[in-house]
Amino acid sequence: MKIGVVVFPGSNCDHDMYYALKLVAGDDVHFIWHQDHSIHTYQAVVLPGGFSYGDYLRAGAIARFSPIMSEVIKFAKSGKPVLGVCNGFQILTESGLLPGALRRNQNLRFQCKHVYIRKENCESIFTRKLQKNQVLSVPIAHGEGNYFIDQDGLKRLIDNQQIAFRYCSANGDLGEEFNPNGSIDHIAGIINEKGNVLGMMPHPERAVELLLGSQDGRIIFESLIAGE
Amino acid sequence: MKVLVKVRLKNGILDPQGKAVNNALHHLGFHTIQDVRIGKLIEFNMAEKNRAEAEKKIEQACKKLLTNPIIEDYTYEITEE
Repeated sequence: MKIGVVVFPGSNCDHDMYYALKLVAGDDVHFIWHQDHSIHTYQAVVLPGGFSYGDYLRAGAIARFSPIMSEVIKFAKSGKPVLGVCNGFQILTESGLLPGALRRNQNLRFQCKHVYIRKENCESIFTRKLQKNQVLSVPIAHGEGNYFIDQDGLKRLIDNQQIAFRYCSANGDLGEEFNPNGSIDHIAGIINEKGNVLGMMPHPERAVELLLGSQDGRIIFESLIAGE
Repeated sequence: MKVLVKVRLKNGILDPQGKAVNNALHHLGFHTIQDVRIGKLIEFNMAEKNRAEAEKKIEQACKKLLTNPIIEDYTYEITEE
């Protein structure tokens, strides 16, 4: 599968993502510069974490209008897989590919630690190898990961089974103490209605080798290539 | 003309930054200050001579880039013609 990792000025998880994809998904992984216009030869596109354009104005707000994004929006609307992690998730909400918005963490602190997330009742290209309620240990590293959506929007996410991951305990229990940023309904990641776009704050690409504490993130990349 | 755009978090959206500043003010003895909320002030010049045309463009800029309408509201004023 030919996978592209988009590089914005200020991306800083692009190489981690590239490395993880090469390790798990094979050799055909490439960087795509944010000023490129053509991504039609790719089968999947990933927006990595970082601080694109310095997070100026709002996280993801300026990256959303970089030349590559109009292509990514077309790519996503044609049903092809798009994954956004951390800043990539923020760019996906700013661009309207995913509903809601990511706000400053409730306790105002930048959170950098391992958390547990639970696979919810949700089918997508990126989660198809996970069992329902499967718990993953993956790191987070963000200051603006506090997911917000209005009550009608939240109901739609639940009704359409668009909540991919919720923050939880090691046993998969939900609770305020396991929610690192104040996200509504403990949401850590969501998909679009079609199930081909996933945005998540935790970093699966930082959890692909036991040497670094967890390899639970691999299953997301394994799911992506499982349909080949 | 000179334009001043004020961006605020929508009513009902929790503002942790405002809350922290509110608490800090109370610690300093400013007990009568309440409901602190923090927004953004964006200032720019525009080449337009026509006010209506400028207003149309300001609205577009606010909706497209300067605010996220899911969580933010805006107001603006033209401070100098």
